[in-house]
Amino acid sequence: MAFVNMKTKEVQAKIVYYGPGRGGKTTNLEYIYSKFRDRIKSDMVSIKTHGDRTLFFDFLPFDIGKIMGYDVKVQLYTVPGQVKYDATRRLVLKGVDGMVFVGDSQVEQRKKNILSLKNLQENLASYKKSIFKVPLVLQYNKRDLEKEGVPLLPVETLEKDLNSQLKVPSFSASAVTGENVVPTMKKIISLTMTSLQNVMK
Amino acid sequence: MGSNYDDNVTFTDYTLGQEQLERIEHVLSEDLVRSGVHSVLLIDMAGNIIAKCDNGNCDHDLYSLAALASANFAAVDTMAKIVGEEEFSLLFHKGQSESIHFSKVNNEFLLITIFGKEVSLGLLRLKVTEAVEKINSVW
Amino acid sequence: MVYEDDMTFTDYTLGQEELERIENILEEDLVKSGVHSVLLIDMAGNIIAQRDNGSCDHDLYSLAALASANFAAVDTMAKIVGEEEFSLLFHKGESESIHFSKVNTEFLLITIFGKEVSLGLLRLKVAEAVQKINDVWA
Repeated sequence: MAFVNMKTKEVQAKIVYYGPGRGGKTTNLEYIYSKFRDRIKSDMVSIKTHGDRTLFFDFLPFDIGKIMGYDVKVQLYTVPGQVKYDATRRLVLKGVDGMVFVGDSQVEQRKKNILSLKNLQENLASYKKSIFKVPLVLQYNKRDLEKEGVPLLPVETLEKDLNSQLKVPSFSASAVTGENVVPTMKKIISLTMTSLQNVMK
Repeated sequence: MGSNYDDNVTFTDYTLGQEQLERIEHVLSEDLVRSGVHSVLLIDMAGNIIAKCDNGNCDHDLYSLAALASANFAAVDTMAKIVGEEEFSLLFHKGQSESIHFSKVNNEFLLITIFGKEVSLGLLRLKVTEAVEKINSVW
Repeated sequence: MVYEDDMTFTDYTLGQEELERIENILEEDLVKSGVHSVLLIDMAGNIIAQRDNGSCDHDLYSLAALASANFAAVDTMAKIVGEEEFSLLFHKGESESIHFSKVNTEFLLITIFGKEVSLGLLRLKVAEAVQKINDVWA
């Protein structure tokens, strides 16, 4: 639920990175944080376990400038990807305006991607939101592993598994090297802002 | 998909005009900051900051605090439901020199108050209750 | 760059004998004092040991995951306002209440209790149990 402050002329919108555990959601935010450090005033908040796994969420507020005379502040969140954290994951989705689904390109993660996307659909439905209507971008992460000889799913297979019904924009990416991390973010911000503008008009 | 789904982007269920926001900020300033509170935030359940006010000497990261506070409230609320409770009593975290008090304004909003040792918990609760009533009367 | 496997192991190890001693403490010190259910969890939300009075059917796995996440969120808020940590957490309901106690940097003790047990007695019993659990490693 985007909040528009008429007095300060500020809009706050919430974008959540979703996907299977160890898929690279936090790494996406870490890359964005390092890349735009000069524009991000606060520290990135990460609530994680001792073993460096996301426990609740990462949080990164990001000023993207003026749209229609309003200062737009995008709040980027991740969810915990591990299956056992479903109750916590659902809480983070509250009031979401846009989503990035970070899939893991490794062949052995194929099933986990599909289950996580299904879980997203169910959790959105618990807030009466449809996965077909929420602004959504898919990211096929870890493409850099191809060079290491790790078996990866062809992009066509990922598209067929995850995007054959959704038909949303998708990116092949590597959160570790930063490849297509910023384009993914720009795309979801632009989709989210377009839907915001449609409602604001 | 059925028609019970919301549209792609939903705005908050409430709308607040400039005049209403000014009245709310006035309440935060007069009732709470003047009583010695360091900083006060009105946030919604998704973690957005609706209104804020402080004594001028606070440099806490309020956007992060709002995100954490709404998450804290939601987690506690879910735990209450798991053990069969409607909701738990109000949240309050006491530190050595700074404490945080949470108060549910209505289904949409939380009032987060950060205060030090100069203010007793008793006085704070009284002032928060008054402020919550006044904020609710803004609608 | 090689990605790690999905599996991570905890930093601590607990043998069967240690676990039995912990379960015994939970049973004798807490459940026998009238507590409905008690959980020892780690900071990642895994349930290490659990005991109840036999008439609890709460979803303890979700509760443990939420409790650890919530504890970490509160801890982060403390740091943001410049505090080392906040005082212990306690949530009071109409008939069921939850008490959280930090055992050490790895573990939390979560106690669910009703009106039959006073908060004063509960705190005393929890403090004793925490001491005994810490002694298991000593």
